[in-house]
Amino acid sequence: MTMAQAINQALAKEIERDSSVVILGEDIGLNGGVFRATEGLFDKFGPERVIDTPLAESAIIGMSLGMAAFGLRPVAEIQFMGFIYPALNQIISHVARIRNRSRGRYTAPLTIRTPYGAGVRALEHHSESTEALFCQIPGLTVVVPSTPYDAKGLLLASIRSDDPVIFLEPTRLYRAEKQEVPEEGYIVPLRQAQVVQEGTDVTLIAWGAMMDVLKRTAEFAQSSGTSVELLDLKTLCPLDRETILASVRKTGRAVIVHEAPRTCGLGAELAALISEHALLNLEAPVLRVTAPDITVPLAKSEEKYYPQPAQVMQAVDRVMRF
Amino acid sequence: MIERFDPLRGERLQILNDAGEARADLDPGLPALTLRRIYSDLVLTRTADIKAFNLQRQGRLGTYASSRGHEGVQVGLASAMVKDDWFFPYFRDLGAYVTLGFPLRNFFLYWMGNEEGMRIPESLRVFTIAIPVGSQILHAVGAGLASNLRKLHRAVLCTFGDGATSEGDFHEGLNAAGVFKTPNVFLCVNNQWAISMPRKRQTASATIAQKAVAYGFPGVQVDGNDVLAVFVAVKEAMEKARTGGGPTLIEAFTYRLADHTTADDATRYRSKADVAEWEKRDPIERFRLYLKAKGFWTEEFEKEVREKSAAAVEKAVEEAEGVPAPALDEIFAYTFKELPPGLAGQLAEAKGAHRGGGR
Repeated sequence: MTMAQAINQALAKEIERDSSVVILGEDIGLNGGVFRATEGLFDKFGPERVIDTPLAESAIIGMSLGMAAFGLRPVAEIQFMGFIYPALNQIISHVARIRNRSRGRYTAPLTIRTPYGAGVRALEHHSESTEALFCQIPGLTVVVPSTPYDAKGLLLASIRSDDPVIFLEPTRLYRAEKQEVPEEGYIVPLRQAQVVQEGTDVTLIAWGAMMDVLKRTAEFAQSSGTSVELLDLKTLCPLDRETILASVRKTGRAVIVHEAPRTCGLGAELAALISEHALLNLEAPVLRVTAPDITVPLAKSEEKYYPQPAQVMQAVDRVMRF
Repeated sequence: MIERFDPLRGERLQILNDAGEARADLDPGLPALTLRRIYSDLVLTRTADIKAFNLQRQGRLGTYASSRGHEGVQVGLASAMVKDDWFFPYFRDLGAYVTLGFPLRNFFLYWMGNEEGMRIPESLRVFTIAIPVGSQILHAVGAGLASNLRKLHRAVLCTFGDGATSEGDFHEGLNAAGVFKTPNVFLCVNNQWAISMPRKRQTASATIAQKAVAYGFPGVQVDGNDVLAVFVAVKEAMEKARTGGGPTLIEAFTYRLADHTTADDATRYRSKADVAEWEKRDPIERFRLYLKAKGFWTEEFEKEVREKSAAAVEKAVEEAEGVPAPALDEIFAYTFKELPPGLAGQLAEAKGAHRGGGR
């Protein structure tokens, strides 16, 4: 099944299993969501579990917080990451800190789902990749799946989490790949990165749609005799430091790949983490392959924006030759 | 009652006039015990408010947003609530807290800069203070929607100032409340000043109450210095909310007698004459005159109320000042349900720095 179908199945499973789970957002009910991630759920569960809201992002998130105070476990959809910004005040000022402000009396067991990232030739504001904004906010957990299997398991874990989760769904992967996904509910744990391919020479770190770029890079690397280890972060914040450091200590080299702009991107945090804790294991500087610090171009130039395997391969060659 | 006062025709609900005389046809006829309790809460609110202000001037309390002049709205709204109702306050609601039974110790503790003060007792259906203006309106609407979805029949009261009506969240919240017909009562405390900006610079509408018309539910303007008018309007709107009648917007017309906060100096932007004019319309004095006319107020009662208030405030301040600042463990503990390993490392690091004398 596709990632969109896996997400749909996770939502259906959880609405069925837990009577406190409700989903809300724009066009998610009758229309089934603009990416069809909520298709059929309105018919199956009705308007009290699948709630079409007015077109107001701050309201979707602010109301979700109030619903949580009444014992519900809302899963909110923001139609595109580029439209999440009106809700930032609610996310940063309330969702992330209500547990702290109330000393635990009130919590925000919300999951905020939103499609993100470039690669589907969409209009302006539909290709954003601003995950690092959320990683800077104490209290938020930021999750990105890269496969249908992980999407289902990570989403179930996110909904069940008592902390708020920003769940970023790579737009490009909604229908890119089909994978066998178990029918039953299962959990892919939060805050755990995964080595998806073992190697000995260099660790390539990414998440979401960039995992596909890493896999294609790995094929090039193999033909040139370089053994790469691929690390899928899955949870961007809080980071699974142990898995990241263990891999880099083993290989001695790290290349971080993200489709967000470079400056203050998550790559900067990862490079700092590695230099603070694994400097003496390094054979080469930690390199970043990222989008440039520019506005995402429109469809015609999209491929010039986000990292391509050839660029990642150049970085691999650089750290190997250092 | 609410529907009888049309904001579009400039009508305002007032039961007690400036002299404390009640309109007989509108007087809810509350029992002596209730009226005296309301008066005690008004005096206690004023006493605690003055104390907080003085503590700030002495450096014993942080920046404080005074409630002076708002006691009538605050005590009136809270007196109209029943146990199962929910309250989503803004940041200037001392009288509501006092009336609902929020510990005064916590009130002082919070404004002294200790998060422990916002640890709301489980028995109270009160949400935390919201400082970003108007943002709490959406929380209240979400709670109202949840009440509908769970068929709990709870009414949800939310307060905010006139400045908040310029915020997007005010529009988004009231709009959604109208669409979902949520059990919300929106109480705008129109004190005519958002820091330095007068009400007319927030909106070109003649009243705030009339904005409700556009959201598809009733709005009413009440005299905010008239405890009884606030009480009657809120009581009716909350009952309507509980029984599926949907939302109401109440605009309580009052005046901010104090500066915006202790960090503000209102003489820079408004006249002393204006303030003096409103001092004469003090909601507490007006209510006292009403009690007196009813024969429920005596010098002895006054003395008793004042002594009890002073004692309660002194005790609360003493308790609050006795609470130690939160330890490092405490300030890390509520970021996540469980401390992630990376954050545990930062806590250990902070402990090390503080042991080494880093303050």
